[in-house]
Formats: sequence, C-alpha cells, structure tokens
Amino acid sequence: MEIFLNGLRQALALIFSLDPDLLEIVRLSLLVSGLALVISAALGLPAGLFLGLKDFIGKRLVVALVYTGMGLPPVVVGLTIYLLLSRQGPLGELGWLFTPRAMIVTQTILALPLIIGFTMTAVGAIPPALIMQLRSLGATRRQVVLTLLYEARAGVLAALVAGFGAIISEVGSVLIVGGNIEHKTRVLTTAIVLETRRGNFSLAIALGIILLSITFSANWLLLHLQGRLDPRHP
Amino acid sequence: MNPILRLDAIRHSYGGHFTLDIPSLAIWPGEVFAVVGPSGAGKSTLLRLLNFLEKPQQGRVYLHEKAYTASNLPIELRRRMAAVFQQPLLLNASVWRNVSYGLRVRGSRNGRDAIQQALDEVRLTHLAKHPAHRLSGGEAQRVSLARALVLNPEVLFLDEPTANLDPGNVRIIEDIIRQANQVRGATVVLVTHNIWQARRLAHRVALLFDGEIIETAAVDDFFQHPQDPRTQAFLTGDLIY
Repeated sequence: MEIFLNGLRQALALIFSLDPDLLEIVRLSLLVSGLALVISAALGLPAGLFLGLKDFIGKRLVVALVYTGMGLPPVVVGLTIYLLLSRQGPLGELGWLFTPRAMIVTQTILALPLIIGFTMTAVGAIPPALIMQLRSLGATRRQVVLTLLYEARAGVLAALVAGFGAIISEVGSVLIVGGNIEHKTRVLTTAIVLETRRGNFSLAIALGIILLSITFSANWLLLHLQGRLDPRHP
Repeated sequence: MNPILRLDAIRHSYGGHFTLDIPSLAIWPGEVFAVVGPSGAGKSTLLRLLNFLEKPQQGRVYLHEKAYTASNLPIELRRRMAAVFQQPLLLNASVWRNVSYGLRVRGSRNGRDAIQQALDEVRLTHLAKHPAHRLSGGEAQRVSLARALVLNPEVLFLDEPTANLDPGNVRIIEDIIRQANQVRGATVVLVTHNIWQARRLAHRVALLFDGEIIETAAVDDFFQHPQDPRTQAFLTGDLIY
C-alpha cells in the first residue's frame, strides 16, 4: 500500500513540478497515439460504413478478418512492422525503425480493426429502410451517408474511445519498433516498463497514474460529447 | 391534361412472392389516388416504383411524361416528391430537427416559418424541442408527415400511414392528408389496406391483387358499383387469399 501512496505522491509532485522529461514523454505519447487514432479513423470510418451498409460476395470473410484484427496481439504487429522496417526489410530504406513514425504505423494497425468493427456494427444497426426514407426526402447519396454516420454517432464515438484506449495503453509494439529511446521514442508505457525493471516502483506507479488519468480524461471528454450529441445517451 | 406520373408496361418481381404486372397506370395532378389490396399484393413495391426509389425490371415510369429511373432522376425532380412510410423512421434528434431535415439537405436556411406551419398542421408545436425517440407511435407518425409536408411536395406518397394507430391519431392524420391535398395542392398517392380510409380520402381507388390491378375507378363507382367480382369480394371481405 505504501508503494502506491508513494507513487501517488510522486505522480502529483511530477505533474505539479511540470518536469520537462515527463512532459516530453506525455507529449510524445499523445502525439503518437493521437495521430494513429486520426489516421485509423480516416481509414476506418469509411471502411466501417461500407461494411455496415453494403452486401457483397466475400463480406463474411472480410468481417471475420476485421473481428480477428480486433484481437491482434500488439507484439506480433510490432514484430511484423519491425521486420518490414529493419535495414534488410522491404521498407528498410524509409529509415523509420526506432522513430515515432514506426510507432504511429503499428498503433494505426492496432486501432484500425477496432474502429472498422465498431463503426460497422453501429451503422448496421440502423434500419435499412431509413436510407430509402432519407432519399425520398431529397437527400443526395452523400447526404444519406453523412446522415447515417451521424445517426450511428454513439457507436462511432465508442469506436474512437475503444481505439484510443487500446493504443495509448499498449506497450508491446511501441517497445519493439520504437526501442524506448530517451528523448526520441520513449512513451508512458515503455517508460513504465523501464522504471519497473530499474526497481523505481514509485516512479513507475506515478507514470501509470498519469497514463490512467490521460485515458480517463479522453474517455470522459468523448462520453461528454456522446451525451451532447445523442439525446438517448445519459 | 397530362398525368403527373405514369407507369407503362411494368413487370417487376419482388422477393419471389409476386410479380407486379401493370400494363398502364396514370396518376393525375391534384388527385388523391388510393391503392388498396390485401397484404403482400405488391402495394408498397408499386409505391416505391412510382417514387423512383426502385427501378422496375421491365417497363418505364414517367414523371410529367418523361421517363426516368431511380438512378437517373435529377435531384431537383426527386425533391418535388416526398414519402411517408408505415414506420416513421425518425432521426435520433429533436422533433424540430426531424421536420427540418428535408430543408437542410436542400440548403434552405429560412425554413423557420415553414417548419412552424407544418408542426401546427400536425398539432405538435408544443413538442418541437422534444426528442423524437420519446414520442408515441401516433405522434412519431405525425412528425414523419410534417417532415414531408414542410417540403411542399408536388406528389406526396403515403405507405400505410395509419397502420397500427389508435382511432384518434387516424382521424388527425386523415385530416392532415386532406389538408395537404386541398390546401397545399399536393397530389397524393396513398397505399392502404383499410378500404374505409380509401373511401374517406381518395378521389380514385385501385384494387391491387397478386401484383395486378384488378380495377381502377372513381371512389363512388369503386364502392357502389364494382365491376370485377374480385373487387366485390374484397369489399365484402369475402376475397380469400
């Protein structure tokens, strides 16, 4: 118990002292996971809409792949990207290994199936007859799609929450492709691993508390947005 | 006078249940045209074809004597029509936002008075800010009607608009339909399995049975002097299907 209280005390001290090293780690964590979320949303929302609305041959296989992707082990994704980006790998020339770019790539891959899957389910729950109703009221195809996305907003926000929660707290892939390099690729989760190994449990717990506070704040913000946008939501 | 809508040599199968087979059918400007018939006769499919929401497998649908399909109907012509279905299919938003939907997709910003008037007509002004999902079935259907009326459609399509509603709401909705036709001047195509509703509202009535139009006549002739034995049987409740 003592160790947790020390951690809490140290977390508060670190936050209020605006420790530059800590701020750098927090900033990089938010940058990597934030950009990965934006990219996966830009790709995943249209893909989820398409899968939720369209029927085509092989759809079941694609959906099964998306569901499988929702449980992708981060270390396996990290290892695959590592091999692709390593000097001998097919994308080695990019020179992205052990940079935040590689971390963004792996986190995008991890968040993408979650965003596709949640969006697909949310859009699929909308009655198909609504499409006909909207068209009969004069909406263009684009307006119909945007209206459906807005109708599915609770599910879409849940997709973003799930995606962000999964990647900000993920350690396996960013450790492999980022390397936890100080001032370069060190994020909250990899710093926690390092401090634990060093035996600095209080600091590790302090970093953990800060990580939890970030995810809680992000979720709170999204829930607040959900409540404002969706009258059915508390 | 030219018909506002016309079907020509339509053949269209739906879900393997029936084949709509309609050699010709005309809807005239300003009329209330009711299509009656038992469930599964093809009434809703006929309405979707007339509303260019579905493309017929054979034959043509004319709007103002020009043939179009669901895919090539210009948006400005589509926007001269509106439909209300059996399920109100409201958006997860307030009553006001639901009623304003058609105006918003048209980019119209000055619809306040029109929305207010439509809400007055369906007697729901007091629920304007109410979330749509908290409405009763009858109220939701009246919002769905207001959402169509606010657009001042040239043709209003109604697919079983009062099915499963209580008599009070049925009366209000029938008043609204009458007003849409007589005051707003909308041509109304009404699909209903309720023959008495057709009698109360329509100028002309058609009986659709098994995908075929058995008889089309002015409302009094249809009910008082039905020509086809199947129409007679349908009106007396003796049509077995």
